[in-house]
Amino acid sequence: MTPKLRVRGLRKAFGDKQVLAGVDLEVAAGTSMVVIGGSGSGKSVLLKCIIGLIEPDEGVIEIDGTDLAGLDREARDAKRAQIGMLFQNGALFDSLPVWENVAFGLLARGAVARREARARAEAVLAQVGLAASVGDLSPSELSGGMQKRVGLARAIAAEPAIMFFDEPTTGLDPIMGAIIDGLIVDCVKRLGSTAVAITHDMASARRIGDHAAMLHQGRIVWTDRAEHLLDSGNPVVDQFTHGRREGPIQMELRR
Amino acid sequence: MNALLDALAGTGRSALAFCRVAGQLALFGLAGLFHVLRPPFYGRMVLRSMLDIGYFSLPVVALTAIFTGMVLALQSYTGFARFSAEGAIANLVVLSITRELGPVLAGLMVAGRAGAAMAAELGTMRVTDQIDALGTLSTNPMKYLVVPRLIAGTLALPLLVVVADILGVLGGFIIATLKLGFNSATYLRNTLDFLQTDDVVSGLVKAAVFGFIIALMGCFNGYNSRGGAQGVGAATTSAVVSASVLILAFDYVLTELFFSR
Repeated sequence: MTPKLRVRGLRKAFGDKQVLAGVDLEVAAGTSMVVIGGSGSGKSVLLKCIIGLIEPDEGVIEIDGTDLAGLDREARDAKRAQIGMLFQNGALFDSLPVWENVAFGLLARGAVARREARARAEAVLAQVGLAASVGDLSPSELSGGMQKRVGLARAIAAEPAIMFFDEPTTGLDPIMGAIIDGLIVDCVKRLGSTAVAITHDMASARRIGDHAAMLHQGRIVWTDRAEHLLDSGNPVVDQFTHGRREGPIQMELRR
Repeated sequence: MNALLDALAGTGRSALAFCRVAGQLALFGLAGLFHVLRPPFYGRMVLRSMLDIGYFSLPVVALTAIFTGMVLALQSYTGFARFSAEGAIANLVVLSITRELGPVLAGLMVAGRAGAAMAAELGTMRVTDQIDALGTLSTNPMKYLVVPRLIAGTLALPLLVVVADILGVLGGFIIATLKLGFNSATYLRNTLDFLQTDDVVSGLVKAAVFGFIIALMGCFNGYNSRGGAQGVGAATTSAVVSASVLILAFDYVLTELFFSR
């Protein structure tokens, strides 16, 4: 069966630094993949390459078996319109009220009139546990957890087929992190979407992911079901997931 | 010898960096102009930018123009009185304001106010991933953020300059009649008799060019800012300084063009 998302031989360098050195990754339709890796390991770069914010040096990115590089601009944009993204810091638009943030994608596509967009935004806000009155607030008036919820609402408002989550629990307390993870899982299941999350929060990784992969030195060095994260048998993954000071990752840092 | 080579290498690096930025700016400007003509069009964003650049700059431009007209009348009186040519004050004030001081001073004021605000807003959007987020929401950031500001800058500054021209002449009129004892009807007749359509039009063309430059430099520096708060600060400074220098440089180029006609 053709995977929903397939990445093959993805390479990206910034100057002399080879951040991605041939990443291969497959995500089956309707499943969730969590990519773990240390700070600076290239997780965010991988995500930005897939969603088209960074141009990779080499490699193939396929959605539903179609290589995005082989499509003309309009067809590529149409494929990428199936994608929703929750940014690490929310990336909410300061100049717009919350409801316009949530409905931004719908309004931008001209899919709905403003009145209907407002109603849709309030319905999506309710799905992430926020009252309709929050829609009139400015993003700067929200707490970190609420901003994440609004970011999630914006990501799911257009009911995307593929959703990306960049460090969804960063900066949140453990309880709020668990709530956000729960909302992510609920939304992905309800929409039947395929999800890719990057994180270095192990609790979050096991809650969100059906499968997990470890990005290390620009390559995927391990992939398995997410429940095996803590007993992977891979020394790199074991050191990372258990937070041990000694191991192959630290030895490389010392060299 | 090594010091000389180092100096040459440093000069070369600076020249290359300048050429690279100039090329990037030219491509950015061309991309902006290209997108002006292609849908989708964001009318609400154009109106919002018109308010930011035009309406909210009105007080500072108005004050600058009126005081400039007043100072011009006083200073020219001091000079012209030596040659018994006080009657030419009205001509000098209206020509200086409409052709030169109106557009240039309004441009510099708007560069300091609206150009800096544009760079800061876009720079903050860049470093907080808001510009990347636009790309994931079926929205071209160039069309949504840059094009409306380019259009608004080009349209708003000529409107501001019309106001600046009127208030600048009014400033001269106030000083000439209330302080220097000129007859108000004679002063107004001298002003209107000497003023030609070309004087006003050339000033408005300059204003449109300056408005485009202010928006272009604000957007270019903000859109390409990097490195958090410090990067946004640097982008803001660069936007104001580069727009101000370009306004003065293009003022000469345009004056030369109009003068040689």
